[in-house]
Amino acid sequence: MATTTITKTGTLVGKRLKRKEDPRLITGTATYTDDIQLPGMNYASILRSPYAAAKIRGIDISKALEHPGVVAVYTGADVKDVGPVPCGASLPGLRVPHHHILAQDRTYFVGHPVAVVVAADRYIARDALDLVEVDWDPLPAVADPEKAIEAGAPAVHPEWPDNIAFNFHQENGEVDKVFAEAEVVVKQRIISQRLIPCPMETRGVVADYRGGDKTLTIYSSSQIPHLMRNLVAQMLGIADNHLRVVAPEVGGGFGSKLNVYAEEALMGFIAMKTGKPVKWIETRRENFLTTIHGRGHVDYFELAAKKDGTILAMKLKLIQDLGSYHQLLTPAIPTLSVLMMPGIYNFKHIRADIVGVFTNCVPTDAYRGAGRPEATHGIERMVDVLAAELNMDPAEIRLKNFVPNDAFPYATATGLTYDSGNYAAPLHKALEIVDYKSLRAEQKKARAEGRLMGVGISTYGEICAMGPSPATPAGGWESASVRIEPSGKVTVMTGIKPQGQGEETTFSQIVADELGVEMDDVTVLHGDTMVVQYGIGTFGSRATAIGGTALYFALQELKKKVKKFGAMILESDDVSFSGGQCICNRTGRTADLSQIAGASYRAMKLPPDTDPGLVATNFWEPPNFTFPFGAHICVTEVDRDTGAVEIKRYVAVDDCGRIINPMIVEGQVQGGVVQGLGQALYEHGIYDESGQLVTGEFMDYAIPKATMVPWIETDHTVTPSPVNPLGVKGVGEAGTIGASPSIVNSVVDALSPLGVRHLDMPLTPESLWKILEGARA
Amino acid sequence: MIPQNFDYATPESLEEAFRLLSDPNAKVLAGGQSLIPMMRLRLAAPETLVDLRGVPGLGGIRLEGRTLRVGAMVTHYELESSPLVRKSCPLLAEAAANIGDVQVRNCGTIGGSLAHADPAADYPASLHALEASVRIASPSGERTVSIADFLVDTFTTALEPGELVVEVSVPVEAEGAGVSYQKCVQPASGFAIVGVAARIVKKDGEIAFARIGVTGLSGNAFRATGVEKLLEGTRGDASDIGRAVAGIGDGVDANNDIHASAAYRQHLARVYAARAIVAAVSRAK
Amino acid sequence: MKKSITVTLNGRKTTHDVEPRLLLIHFLRETAGLTGPHIGCETSICGACTVSVDGKAVKSCTMFAVQADGREVVTIEGLASNGKLHPVQEAFWEQHGLQCGYCTPGMILASKQLLERNPHPTDAEIRHGLEGNLCRCTGYQNIVNAVRSAAGKMGA
Repeated sequence: MATTTITKTGTLVGKRLKRKEDPRLITGTATYTDDIQLPGMNYASILRSPYAAAKIRGIDISKALEHPGVVAVYTGADVKDVGPVPCGASLPGLRVPHHHILAQDRTYFVGHPVAVVVAADRYIARDALDLVEVDWDPLPAVADPEKAIEAGAPAVHPEWPDNIAFNFHQENGEVDKVFAEAEVVVKQRIISQRLIPCPMETRGVVADYRGGDKTLTIYSSSQIPHLMRNLVAQMLGIADNHLRVVAPEVGGGFGSKLNVYAEEALMGFIAMKTGKPVKWIETRRENFLTTIHGRGHVDYFELAAKKDGTILAMKLKLIQDLGSYHQLLTPAIPTLSVLMMPGIYNFKHIRADIVGVFTNCVPTDAYRGAGRPEATHGIERMVDVLAAELNMDPAEIRLKNFVPNDAFPYATATGLTYDSGNYAAPLHKALEIVDYKSLRAEQKKARAEGRLMGVGISTYGEICAMGPSPATPAGGWESASVRIEPSGKVTVMTGIKPQGQGEETTFSQIVADELGVEMDDVTVLHGDTMVVQYGIGTFGSRATAIGGTALYFALQELKKKVKKFGAMILESDDVSFSGGQCICNRTGRTADLSQIAGASYRAMKLPPDTDPGLVATNFWEPPNFTFPFGAHICVTEVDRDTGAVEIKRYVAVDDCGRIINPMIVEGQVQGGVVQGLGQALYEHGIYDESGQLVTGEFMDYAIPKATMVPWIETDHTVTPSPVNPLGVKGVGEAGTIGASPSIVNSVVDALSPLGVRHLDMPLTPESLWKILEGARA
Repeated sequence: MIPQNFDYATPESLEEAFRLLSDPNAKVLAGGQSLIPMMRLRLAAPETLVDLRGVPGLGGIRLEGRTLRVGAMVTHYELESSPLVRKSCPLLAEAAANIGDVQVRNCGTIGGSLAHADPAADYPASLHALEASVRIASPSGERTVSIADFLVDTFTTALEPGELVVEVSVPVEAEGAGVSYQKCVQPASGFAIVGVAARIVKKDGEIAFARIGVTGLSGNAFRATGVEKLLEGTRGDASDIGRAVAGIGDGVDANNDIHASAAYRQHLARVYAARAIVAAVSRAK
Repeated sequence: MKKSITVTLNGRKTTHDVEPRLLLIHFLRETAGLTGPHIGCETSICGACTVSVDGKAVKSCTMFAVQADGREVVTIEGLASNGKLHPVQEAFWEQHGLQCGYCTPGMILASKQLLERNPHPTDAEIRHGLEGNLCRCTGYQNIVNAVRSAAGKMGA
């Protein structure tokens, strides 16, 4: 697995190359938000609601204000005209509570911001926080979405006593008829539990206001700097071109930083009020309590099929725990589950009903996979439930129902058009890697010995490259600008905002191939709205498929211009461009990129109809999503004594289209699988009945540690996407989407001799032990 | 998160430490691995921290006859890696190696861990099985108490105000003894949901001596004497062990939290006791 | 009351007056101006703040700066010598042992400790040695690869 050295071969795309980002990261010299120090900077500490629901009778800030070193204290009354925290999603009839940046007279979840102390340093700010006195009147709260929609439940928002934010219905075909006539119907309630994203870097904001020119700079650990700029400018009532948003090094996001939170506007407000820079860094406790959570589904699935295993139709009632407010995309996430609900299977009759439910919890929103893991978990579980009902092999039933290779582009029952696919290929490859036949024989033997061994398959599909603008709230295109500098070095400005995905490397590979320059000659800039042209950001596995494609088209444009200057220098009308130089096809004379670039800026002479300089910019609107897919196989054994699950083997065969850097793709799959494994086995954001988050620290919420994860064998098939010229699809979320169903299917298979058909996540040892105890009784 | 302010003292003698600790708002800083997170979360707010690292006589591991004496400020890592401990009291080394993570073991001390008395801590199971004793010093003199008397309840010890743990003593393991510590790990924190330590000495193929300690099951660790009695005199077969551990949690008020219900903890105590005993029996010569 | 402390930080003696409650991580980041050690939690679980104190890996979030008085502290900034990366740094780069990089300085310091104590660890020993460091990006596999590869290089 050694990395190859970088050489100018012209075909760097597809190579396993070391990342350009890493030197700063492995030497501790990268600049994350908390590394930003500005002269005269103050620190903010936020007082948060200890109650899931409470009235605020009054707040006394006088003692805090008197505390030495305290600069200011603000409460809801000071910021009532700022905001609201935006919801970017729109659905018919959606109820949108007004989301103030500090609570007004009532709080709606534990962690709800109530007041902010600004002080000379973070120690003083924290001390003064204890001096703010709030007169609380606790109210009844509801944390469980199914209880929240029962009659008589406490109203999260008094104006909507049913706690329903929206109902959403989608239907295709003749669902009732098909179900009525079906030979087999299987039903299952499936929970996708609340998860807490836990990027290793929490959120953080630094705001710096320059009164002289009325410009505000906000540094924020964000996946979407430009969208944040637009929205925070609106929240603060300032012009968007007076606000600069910088997303510096971002220490992981996983969707939790695909958002605009109260704190960005709050810090902007403080900087403008005090005239001094201010920093707020989220504590881990705050991260658990106030940064969005993921998942939070209770799903009721029904599948209609023929006796031979042919799937005919599917019904889904989806209860989405929204939490107390809508963050940026909160209500949109379950609609992605509906889009994805048929998976990669060929059937046309679907009905989905979503009930979006308010609870006294922190909002849910996009978390790695965002709606697709829930859907995939559902369909992949249901296929296994059906296979068990029909006593069919889970591989066989999948192969029977895949959308066939000749059906692409394939129109799904939910209105999507799958771009390309060869769904059997990764499954066959995975089956071959594990030697499926022998594995089943081994399982038979294990069972005879009384061991609980399971084999689980998931064949997932997903929606990537989000997305065409009509389907994406704030625009789904992406931008790139490429500038060849006078020296011939290349600067790329991309609208995406990586948080570890390595696009400084993969984009450099694309540039190096297209322009024939060295990787080291390329600099990729991102994350600063004053440096980079307008862009959208990094989420929904879109960065390479859309941002990389914008880059590709900008490079094509640029190459034309290079050739014009090359032709001028070489005094020839027959030149070609390759290997970083223009060549006169008649004389063989050459002009290299630095000569050409120099001439373009010096501009003593210009080719006809050509402007000086070598810059090209592209805004690319994708015609469709991309649809990666793959097959994961997980082998488990359950400890009869304790219920503990051991993963004996994990194989992931993914098809993300064309691969630019296999090392990075494998890293994405490995990390993604482990996040899916976290959901399957360990993670659960648990609120108690009073709305207290009882898994509110790393002491109680188990994200996987090095000792808790198996070796992950990865492999690939390659089915290029026709949607973009790079043929890429996206791989950021694939591992997570494929993992949870393969693990759960494996454990259900292990326990199937006990009559188990379904298990809800996380598969804690105790939950399995109870089943084993039940079977012994 | 930020602790409240405090004064910090580094006494250079026990006498000086006692003088500082006579202030009821003073607290000992031994390794700090439990105390500092609690201070950061403002669950603890001592006015003075008395750092014992400069006090002579609190470190070091010594063999005195058939007794291994471990200074209160000896770190988990020192215990885990000490050739002397690994040879003369392997159970203590095994327990230390199971605590938290490398960084915690580099800083945390046995005295600090004991004085904190976390009901899910690893040491108490082994120290009960070893019938360890704890030497306590105060300005008025010294006293030695058994581990059973020292650990009173959840976060509660026999330490009186102003007293300090100065040493933990364990017996040198008998020739041919087999020992084991088996732990069901709480995956998030690394603490023990249940941990069981076993010491077994065999004679003529029979268990002549058994000592079993249990942590995590309840508010306080304990020695499972009932299990020991049932083991002694048996050959230590699976059925003997199964019978012996069946009542390990009888009469114990088992902890019940999001990580394990009381019933599951009781069950785990039996499973891990059996595992520890099986391992110890197999290691016993 | 502030205390004067002298710490040998990455080979250089530095003296500062600090509040006793100043955490070592804040001393390193704010008093000494370093950016390598990171803060990821307040319960001593994540290990992003891991540095070496007198040759031992510690979580600098769980130590007060005053406790480091008179001791030698090495952070990620102090690992490379004469512009040459430490073999563990090199191996993390080569094996793609990092994605967002936030856990990386702590992970590298913990890996260095691991290899100092056990120059030829098995994969299981590597994983055990890194239990005090959380990574949310990599799934740990390439971190294990990196430590194994560094062991090979350092032993060679």
